[in-house]
Amino acid sequence: MTIFSVNGERREVDAPETHPLLWVLRERLGLTGTKFGCGIGQCGACTVLVDGQPQRSCQTTVAAAEGTEVTTIEGVTADGLSSVQLAWIEEQVPQCGYCQSGQIMSATALLAARPNPTDEDIDQFMSGNICRCGAYIAIRRAIHRAAEIEGGRIADDNPASGERADR
Amino acid sequence: MSDRTETDDVRTEEANGGFSRRTFIKIGIVAGAGLTLGVAWRMTRDPGLPTSDATFVPNAYLRIDEDGSITVLVAKAEMGQGVSTALPQMIAEELDVAWEDVTFEFAQAHDAYGMMVTGGSTAVMEAWGPLRRAGATARWMLREAAARRWDLPAEQLATRNARVIAPDGSELTYGDLATDAAKLEAPDEAPVKDPSEFRLIGRSLPRLDAESKSTGRATFGIDAGPPNTRVAVVARSPVFGGRLRSFDPSAALAIPGVEEVVEIRAGVAVVARGYVEANQGRDALDIEWDEGDAASLSDETIHQTLRAAAQGSGRSVTEYGEPDVVLDAAPEPVVATYRLPYLAHATMEPMNCTAWVHDGQCTVWAPTQFANGPAIIGGGARQVAADAAGVSVDKTELNVTYLGGGFGRRAERDFVQEAAELAGKIDGPVKVVWSREDDTRHDFYRPASWHEFRGSLGNDGLPEAWEHRMASQSIIERLVPPWVPGPAARFAGKRDPTSTEGASNQPYRVPHMLMSYARVDLPIPVGFWRSVGHTHTGFVVESFIDELAHAAGRDPYEYRRALLDEHPRHLAVLNAAAEAADWGSPAPEGRARGIAVVESFGSYVAQVAEVSIEDGVPRVHKVWCAIDCGTVLNPRIVRAQMESGIVYGLTAALHGEINIQNGRAVQGNFIDYPMLRINQMPAVEVILAPSGDAPGGVGEPATPPIAPAVTNAIFALTGQRIRTMPIRLI
Repeated sequence: MTIFSVNGERREVDAPETHPLLWVLRERLGLTGTKFGCGIGQCGACTVLVDGQPQRSCQTTVAAAEGTEVTTIEGVTADGLSSVQLAWIEEQVPQCGYCQSGQIMSATALLAARPNPTDEDIDQFMSGNICRCGAYIAIRRAIHRAAEIEGGRIADDNPASGERADR
Repeated sequence: MSDRTETDDVRTEEANGGFSRRTFIKIGIVAGAGLTLGVAWRMTRDPGLPTSDATFVPNAYLRIDEDGSITVLVAKAEMGQGVSTALPQMIAEELDVAWEDVTFEFAQAHDAYGMMVTGGSTAVMEAWGPLRRAGATARWMLREAAARRWDLPAEQLATRNARVIAPDGSELTYGDLATDAAKLEAPDEAPVKDPSEFRLIGRSLPRLDAESKSTGRATFGIDAGPPNTRVAVVARSPVFGGRLRSFDPSAALAIPGVEEVVEIRAGVAVVARGYVEANQGRDALDIEWDEGDAASLSDETIHQTLRAAAQGSGRSVTEYGEPDVVLDAAPEPVVATYRLPYLAHATMEPMNCTAWVHDGQCTVWAPTQFANGPAIIGGGARQVAADAAGVSVDKTELNVTYLGGGFGRRAERDFVQEAAELAGKIDGPVKVVWSREDDTRHDFYRPASWHEFRGSLGNDGLPEAWEHRMASQSIIERLVPPWVPGPAARFAGKRDPTSTEGASNQPYRVPHMLMSYARVDLPIPVGFWRSVGHTHTGFVVESFIDELAHAAGRDPYEYRRALLDEHPRHLAVLNAAAEAADWGSPAPEGRARGIAVVESFGSYVAQVAEVSIEDGVPRVHKVWCAIDCGTVLNPRIVRAQMESGIVYGLTAALHGEINIQNGRAVQGNFIDYPMLRINQMPAVEVILAPSGDAPGGVGEPATPPIAPAVTNAIFALTGQRIRTMPIRLI
């Protein structure tokens, strides 16, 4: 029995230790927002956050998830849309949309590490996520936009810099 | 559902190429609460066909419920191209409703919708007349219903934001009026708006699927099905055309979670509690294959076969003047040989399909581009599922999900067939999931092709003769055999447009021309790959014209311009791209530019690529892309499709190759069949240069020009002419 937290909820899973987290999420916990793309950690469609770090869930065993906090695309939506999701919609990123859960999870991790990433930061951090529709330009734009939204939210909490909240 | 009233409309439009194309539109009311309109249409270039169609079956396209909700039923597949936004956008325009009030659903597969195929960049082209008419008809009926309720002439009533408004300002909502409207006769003539009146068409309205795809809520094929669905993977013959000889399921059945092992036409299916267990079971299977004749086939033989065919006597597709005479007399003909490889589609979502056969019914959830089609070509996915499951079509329900990419792969029916067949043999719902390796090694590939060119120049340096001998497998022959009668035969006929389109009608002015095609039969499955024949013809035509320009000592852009006087739409986008790229100015140090222009699917796209060489590989810095797609329905979606088509074509140019060894596809996953990533993404500037004609396609036309634009730039930079794909620098 493996015990870990998924989107803030305690979960117990009875799966072999080597079972990939991806399929536990999709098939046992019904969280189908996380996608299967390649099964070898090359495409990033299955990206989730494990203790805040982006991980390819097809390469993460259930044993490795023991005691961790896992966040999936369903979890970033818990308190309304996240800055990244708002930016994704504003910039109209998705085409077929299949890779976008993974893209959003990677972008979320990037912005947590670097609140104002450069294009080079984005290229480096996001190059593990393939988008076969080629929405890369929109993804870059949306990450910059998410940084602005997030900056605005932080500014919102600080009346002294309210001006940025209007952006 | 039954229709109560219907209306005919026959319109004649000038289609591309000057053919007279007639569109028959019929609109009828579908019984039920609220107002539901069905629309059927047929496009034909055959003036002999009757103007009315007794077989009209109403199919819901637009539903206005009494609560005021407005639902467009989309009978096309959403695979990223934006069709689930574009089609509602047309109806919403004519209906006079706010975009925020429009929702959509995917239509279930049904004969009422006719041929439900999404491909050839045709969705907007086809629907442009009929769906606007459907919106206009609904608006007319709602206004008429209000006129009767108020006892006012309809002409005095305005419509806005899903309301009918009287001169005194009183309002009735469409929801209030829907049921009354449904009791009226559909009008014979509900005029559509003049483009000057458009308020929604031409605007970058937000996609209706953006939020569900940003929250993980969108249901793709791999997510669909009832909660207790089991998962199956299939062991398929590793060699194309191989057959199952024998298998021993015992080791597979010993794996915990593996529940059944079932022989199906495609191979051996392992049914398990989940995907991981099913895969473990498949790995444990003991199978013997009869590999068949293809087992000795490898790239070398394929290349030899293609070359021999191209150099032999193909069938003449286009021929005028005396190309042989002129070329044989030419002192220094320009000679070039091009070879293009097989390509896999590599949709992000691997193939999958879910099916459930129970109580004489078959229910299918399929991410398919071909939900419904006529029996003469084997039917669409619904028919194929019914046949495979042993259930009649009318007891077969096929639900179309979102597609995690299509690119032509999902126009095939194999993945539906095997799931339905398996479901017919076991209890309960089952989802067949393909691994990435299954998907890459059991594709219907873009055909490999071989092209032999000869050209000669006149004293003015302009082309005198153009000879193009091509060989490849045929895509269309498999689907429409030559004995098929009627209009379909034209596709299967000797011109074989899926192989030769773009080459047989290359746009450059040449007095003497021969384009010939030699069909080669090889046991490699081939199919429709984003932009189909243009994927290879666009490359070779735009490379060879560049070679002729170089032989003539002329600038490649100016050279093309001089030869496109009869093709103003080619010329306009060529000029627009060159101008945006500031073609005449020198490229930055270490870089060069290349140019290409291709018409495909009713749209014209020119691209300029700026390229450097970094660490021995080409780096594309920027692409200027000008498109004339007639009328722009949604500019942001058009721009996104240009970027998307560029990425698809650039991925193939830089990386794409499926090798065949011993009858097997060598590549299997993104390690050996790599994709373009964000750190390789060029800047893209899209120039919309619409001519105001009826809309052309946008899903595919940006793909063909990018490879030649890049290789022409590489030639300008290094002097190396790339004639074999993918690009390998010396």
